Order: sequence, then structure tokens, then C-alpha cells
Amino acid sequence: MTLADQLAAVVAQLRRSTVQVRGRGAAAGSGSGIVWKPGVIVTNAHVATKGFTLVEPADGSVREARVVASDPRRDLAVLGVDTTGLTPADIAPAGTLRVGSLVLAVGNPFGLSGAVTTGIVHKLSERRRRTRLILADVRLLPGNSGGPLGDAAGRVVGVNAMILRGLAAAIPSDVVERFVREAQLAA
Amino acid sequence: MDTLQVLSDNLADAVDHAAAWVVAVNARPRIAASGVHWRPGVVVTTHHTVRREEDITVTLSDGRTVPATLAGRDAATDLAVLRIDGSGVPPASFAEPGSLKVGHVVLQVGRTGSAGHSASFGVVSTIVGPWRTWRGAEIDQLFQLDLAIHDGFSGSPLVDSQGNVVGLNTSGLLRGTPAALPLSVVNRVMDALLAKGRIARGYLGVGLQPVEVPSALGGKLDPPRRTGLIVLAVDADSPGGRGGLQLSDVIVAVDHQSVADVRDLLALLAPERVGSTVAVEVLRGGTPHTIRVTIAERPTR
Repeated sequence: MTLADQLAAVVAQLRRSTVQVRGRGAAAGSGSGIVWKPGVIVTNAHVATKGFTLVEPADGSVREARVVASDPRRDLAVLGVDTTGLTPADIAPAGTLRVGSLVLAVGNPFGLSGAVTTGIVHKLSERRRRTRLILADVRLLPGNSGGPLGDAAGRVVGVNAMILRGLAAAIPSDVVERFVREAQLAA
Repeated sequence: MDTLQVLSDNLADAVDHAAAWVVAVNARPRIAASGVHWRPGVVVTTHHTVRREEDITVTLSDGRTVPATLAGRDAATDLAVLRIDGSGVPPASFAEPGSLKVGHVVLQVGRTGSAGHSASFGVVSTIVGPWRTWRGAEIDQLFQLDLAIHDGFSGSPLVDSQGNVVGLNTSGLLRGTPAALPLSVVNRVMDALLAKGRIARGYLGVGLQPVEVPSALGGKLDPPRRTGLIVLAVDADSPGGRGGLQLSDVIVAVDHQSVADVRDLLALLAPERVGSTVAVEVLRGGTPHTIRVTIAERPTR
């Protein structure tokens, strides 16, 4: 397979597990989410506002989701949703990344579904509000929030959360994994 | 073999390779800038990020912060050179000069403090040159880059996909546009700064604009001249002012060489011309005059 074919395959893999997350009503904002495991979608707390949320996977369906847990400090939320027919993401620990590793962001900026941007890891441990973030030299737009930061093998290594000084700031996958486990224990 | 994963690993290897000789230069308030341990004990960084000339320190790849002295700086090429005790950290390894082409993948590796290094990625978008910087330095080549120069990345090395240095990054030469100076320019300026601490550049202290000389006027000259530079401003306390150049004089030749644009004149103001006296041929009110001007060193800002 050529490099370009591999890149396309990695993008397709990431897109399968990326959904659009939006509130109900025309004025509701939207962002992205990741099918983390069966029945669980992860997004940012600032995307999953209040009780009712809709999830739109790439298959064109619209599914109702409820916010199972939300933590504004870590900016993470777990949505409970019927994920029948959806493929959970392949998750890799963020510790496998190095400065310079190739990374991809997939999301739904401006409601465009599955838009991809690429770049490299800029810095591994930016501390902000007591949380550790991965900084990537990847172009992000507001609708990318909650979407995956993937590695060269198409595995999810982080959740894109914000734009910091022009860089993509992502929550490392191990922080997300811990949050999902806590949320499921509490539920 | 998974070529995408191999590419990713290669990029990270290149960053690791270069990080060993990338330093943080602490010479301005708040965020540090980057620098390159260019030769044993010699760090090259950008002029515009060195805001003080004393109490400069350099943070090395092994985490140590050591004192540095400013060996020299050159605003025209936006370069500054520091001396450090660099024992224990390796100097940079360089790519073959001239190997970089438009479209090549390049990385910037910066260090802005003690918390490790960081990187950004892009391609060479164009190679321009020969080119004269807005402060009058002649540069044979300048790389314009399709990547983001993040805070503190001025003074960082531009490295190729192997992690070898191909240039020095600066946002100070193209009004914030990411650019890098090639090795040849950095080496030439660094050697001059290490030897003398500065690069003297000549100046006349006049504002000029190219004009066409009407053949009725230019034909009177021997040899005839077709082009000239009209004097639009004269700084009284400058070589041109002291020599007697006046507003609306049309400079047609300097030391018998005709001048068609300002670049021709700037070329005559090279470092070795400082202190020498040149014959400036002008048309004043249609009549030829020769004015003797002693080229002085351009004052530093």
C-alpha cells in the first residue's frame, strides 16, 4: 500500500468511530464525539451541555443520548447511547507518542462531517488547570472539540479539547479511560 | 511494513536527534527563545529575541542552565551569537548545504524552557534570493516555510527529515512570516560576529527613488546615462548630508558606475567600503556635478 493509501485507511478507521454531538434545537452548538466502547460515547463537557443530546454517526442515523457523567474541570463527558452498528475506536495509551510523532484530528467543524487535519506532536505535557494535555501542531476548528486525536496506526490517543496559542490541545487517552471507568462505576 | 508508522517514527527520531543541540536562550522577559549549539561553545540565535545584553543564560538539553555572553549581533540578518561553556552537550550536525528544495519536509525543533523540547512540521514553500533584507543585508538565499513559528521558535533550527540542521528559523525577516536563513548566511555572519562583534554596513543617509533620465540631459554626460536615483530626503547629519547632497539631486553614477535602482547603490555600501570616499555624480538643475561623500557606518538601533 502506498503512503497515501495508508493515510486514507487510517482516516477511514478514525472516522468510523467519530460522531457529531449536538444539542436539540436550531441554536444548539455542536461538536464531535468518539465511540469509546459499546454504549459509551466520549466528548468534551463543554460540548455535552444539559440533559438532551443528539448523536449523529457517519452512517446518517440520529440517536438520542443522555449525559451519564460530565466533569468541567477535566472537560470530559460520557454519553450513554445505543451504539448498535457502530465501531468502537481502537484506543492506545498516549504514552506511545513522542514529540514529532504523526497525528491526525478528525471532527465536525462547521458541521462538516469527518474533516481531517494532520500534523505532529508539538509538546507532550502541557499543564493547564491541573490537567495534563498533549499539544499537537495540527489545525483545529471549534467543531473539532470532543473528536479524536489519532496516531499513525489510526488509534485514538487523545480527545481534542481546545486551541491553545494556535496548537491543538488534547486530553490524553489514559486520562479519558480513567474518567470513563469512574463514570461507569458511579452509574 | 506500515509506511505511515515508519514515517511517524522517523519524524520523532529526527526531532530527538536535533533536540540534543537545541537550547533555550533566556534573554528577554517572559518566554525564552530557542537557539542552536552551532559549534562547541557557540550558540546562534535571533537578534530580535535578545532583548538584553547582560544576564543572559542558556538552558541546555541536559537541563542545566549556564551563563552566556553576547559575542555579537546583527540586526540586518536578525542573528545573534552567544558564547557558553558547552562542555557535555554536542554541537549541531548539519545537512549538505544546498540540499534543500521546495516541497521538502522540514521540522522546527524549539526549546523555550526547562520542560523539554517541542516541534512543528511543514514544507519549504519557496526559496528566494539573492535578496536584500529591510535593514540592508545581502542574503544569497532565504527559505520561506509552510509551517507555524510558535512562540519562542525564533532562533530554533530548521532540520530535515534526518534531523540535520538546514537553517535557522526566524519570524523577524519577513514581518512574521516563517522563514529560515540557510547555513551559508549563518556561518558567514557568525564568523564575522565572533571576530568583530558586529557587521559594519555603510550608509549615505538619503532617501532615493529611481527615475529615468531624459536623453537630452543624460546625453550631455560622458558616458551618457539613462537612469538615476532622485534624492527625496536628506538626513543633514549623515554622510550624504555632510557631503552636500541636496533634495532633487539625481544621482547618476557612483565611482563611475551607473545606478539604475537603489540595490545598485546598496551594493556599493558593503562593509569594506565604510570609511572610503566615493565620487557621486549628480544632475542638479540639469547640470552635472561631482560630490565627494565619505561612507560611514550605519548607526545601530
